[in-house]
Amino acid sequence: MIEAVLSMSGLALAAGLGLGFAAKKFHVEGDPKVDGLTALLPATNCGNCGFPGCRPYAEALASGETVNVGLCSPGGVEAMEKIAAMLGVATVEMEVDTGPKVAFVREEECIGCTACIKVCPVDAIIGANKQSHTVVADMCTACKACIEPCPVDCIDMVPVPVTPYSWVWNKPENSAALH
Amino acid sequence: MGIVASVLKKFHGGVHPAGHKELTERCAIESMPMPKRLVIPLHQHLGAPSEPVVKVGDKVFKGDLLGKEGGFVSAAVHAPTSGTVREILEHPIAHPSGLTMPCVVIEPDGQDTWNPQLKGVDDPLSLDPVDIRDRIKGAGIVGLGGATFPSFIKMSPPRDKVVDLLLINAVECEPYLTCDARLMEERSREVVEGIRIMLHALQTKQCIIGIEANKPAAIEIMQKAVAGETNIQVVTLPVMYPQGAEKQLIEVVTGRQVPSKGLPVDIGVIVHNVATAVAIRNAIQLGQPLLKRIVTVTGRGIVRPANLEVLIGTLVDDVLAYCGGLKPDTVKVVMGGPMMGLALYQTNVPVVKGTSGILALLRNEAPESKEHVCIRCGSCVQACPIQLVPCSMAWFAKTDQIDQLPGVDLFDCIECGSCAYVCPANIPLVHYFRYGKLSWQAKERENKKRELTKQRTQSREERLAREKEEKERKKEEMKAKMAAKKSGGAAADEKTEAKPAVNKTGSTKEPAATESKSGGDDKATRAAKAALAAKAAKAAKEAKSAQGSES
Repeated sequence: MIEAVLSMSGLALAAGLGLGFAAKKFHVEGDPKVDGLTALLPATNCGNCGFPGCRPYAEALASGETVNVGLCSPGGVEAMEKIAAMLGVATVEMEVDTGPKVAFVREEECIGCTACIKVCPVDAIIGANKQSHTVVADMCTACKACIEPCPVDCIDMVPVPVTPYSWVWNKPENSAALH
Repeated sequence: MGIVASVLKKFHGGVHPAGHKELTERCAIESMPMPKRLVIPLHQHLGAPSEPVVKVGDKVFKGDLLGKEGGFVSAAVHAPTSGTVREILEHPIAHPSGLTMPCVVIEPDGQDTWNPQLKGVDDPLSLDPVDIRDRIKGAGIVGLGGATFPSFIKMSPPRDKVVDLLLINAVECEPYLTCDARLMEERSREVVEGIRIMLHALQTKQCIIGIEANKPAAIEIMQKAVAGETNIQVVTLPVMYPQGAEKQLIEVVTGRQVPSKGLPVDIGVIVHNVATAVAIRNAIQLGQPLLKRIVTVTGRGIVRPANLEVLIGTLVDDVLAYCGGLKPDTVKVVMGGPMMGLALYQTNVPVVKGTSGILALLRNEAPESKEHVCIRCGSCVQACPIQLVPCSMAWFAKTDQIDQLPGVDLFDCIECGSCAYVCPANIPLVHYFRYGKLSWQAKERENKKRELTKQRTQSREERLAREKEEKERKKEEMKAKMAAKKSGGAAADEKTEAKPAVNKTGSTKEPAATESKSGGDDKATRAAKAALAAKAAKAAKEAKSAQGSES
């Protein structure tokens, strides 16, 4: 019994000391810039920035793989400003999520080139050659694919208005109390 | 079934809120004078909104159609008086969101002239039941108890269902409200006439009028009114909220329970509000569409409480002003009863078909209360008339576990407010339920849209593939044609070829290559043309904007 305890304890001690020594001896200095940037990001690892997680985005920023400091949507403007300050670069305009949107063709400016009709992945734009086009709002998925091809830039993303039919009750105000 | 047997039955739970009916129960129904402006919403009922059939500037008679049904479950909307259509616009309505809805604004001409074509029937019992239903539908009648379900649907039960009982809901279990009680006291003959028409239309033999015991005057008068009738009976019910809810009333009177997600007609009962009976009588006997209703204007915040007969579309502001206005310490104006009604964001909203009351409440009638922690006392479970577990429902809604909500039968909840009334922790349970219900519906809408997107993407891909195939096929055909032409025509005459210029100089090119090249050329010119047009348009736009900035 005693032998077993002693031998296991000895093994554990030896392994612990070995690991501790190795950690000190072979320590690799991480890029402090990356650590700093990672600390500024929300650590949700959501991937919205296009990188596999918060740390990879921080690494990409540090290494210059990307220069866009405004890719983190959960972090928002606040995180973007802090990152820009740390990297010493200018802040960028960030798209703030203001609820659902749909594409809208300003019909008086549309020249009827059908460029947007061809790219719409859900066939939500109707119209004919040299006829003004329009977006069927109920089918639009707000993918923005039609914005770029338009030669006269007459397509906007407009917010979907809230009607009594789509409106949702808010949660009771002082619902902070535990249930 | 005798009265004694029926009153011994009971539904689960329920509460006893203070009645406050003394404020208006002796106020006779008075007609409100014609307001300067009527704002008639096109959606005052359950179901689809109605579609406007008038335009700005139209002159309308009293009773003219303003909006026709926008679906099967929908109701027509009519002009409450003669006058001119001034506007069709988005106007604030009584909705918890405080948002707007399309409304028709009528400026009354003061003549109040009926459309001469509207005529009643002297002997309604000679009409075909289908004819009665159509007339009810044409009159835009909806349930006047507050739920505003189109009445004609309840008058046309499915063929395979037998309706053995017509139940007239005269319970009026909401505190404060007395409009139904006054209606029975003053217009009992009309109520009975309406019931006779409904019995005939439904081909039903028996009718029970359920009235709570706190309206002795109405009970006495109604009992006198039905004295000669063999198939209409008045039943006095013990006072209990929410007895006026359709399913609870059925359970109390018949002992039968409406199944979850089912309808009263599934167990052979049709329930109509007592005011609906009068509206149906007026529609059939007088040919009048639903243009007005009785509204109890009450609460301790109003200077002169009253029962008013108000035209649909009258603004709450006008009603309050007619009743002497609000007292300065009024904290809330509620449309409907205090238990299920809706606190108004603003008072410039119109009275609609479902407006049973307008309450002006003082602080002591509508106390503010802070939500506390649930102590798991189970009072809400005991009070729930549907035998649900309100505390669980609220918990799932509060923690946004929306997917769990159907599992706790949230959608069986009638939002009567009994649970919130008894909750010692002041948890706004119904508010959570409404949040949960609408969140779930929003989620469903999103899912539906996602499904639609998937379908549309798929069908687009299929279309593109089909088009490509078609093109290939055409190309092949053309190739074959050209080849045939060439082999056949080469011997005869080389000059007959239409476009061999390239061919001749470019020596031994295949016709297909020519075809593709000429096609390519065509495409290039087309692209160039489009680019040119785009450039011109852009230039024009720039010039325009430059002009704009200059000026």
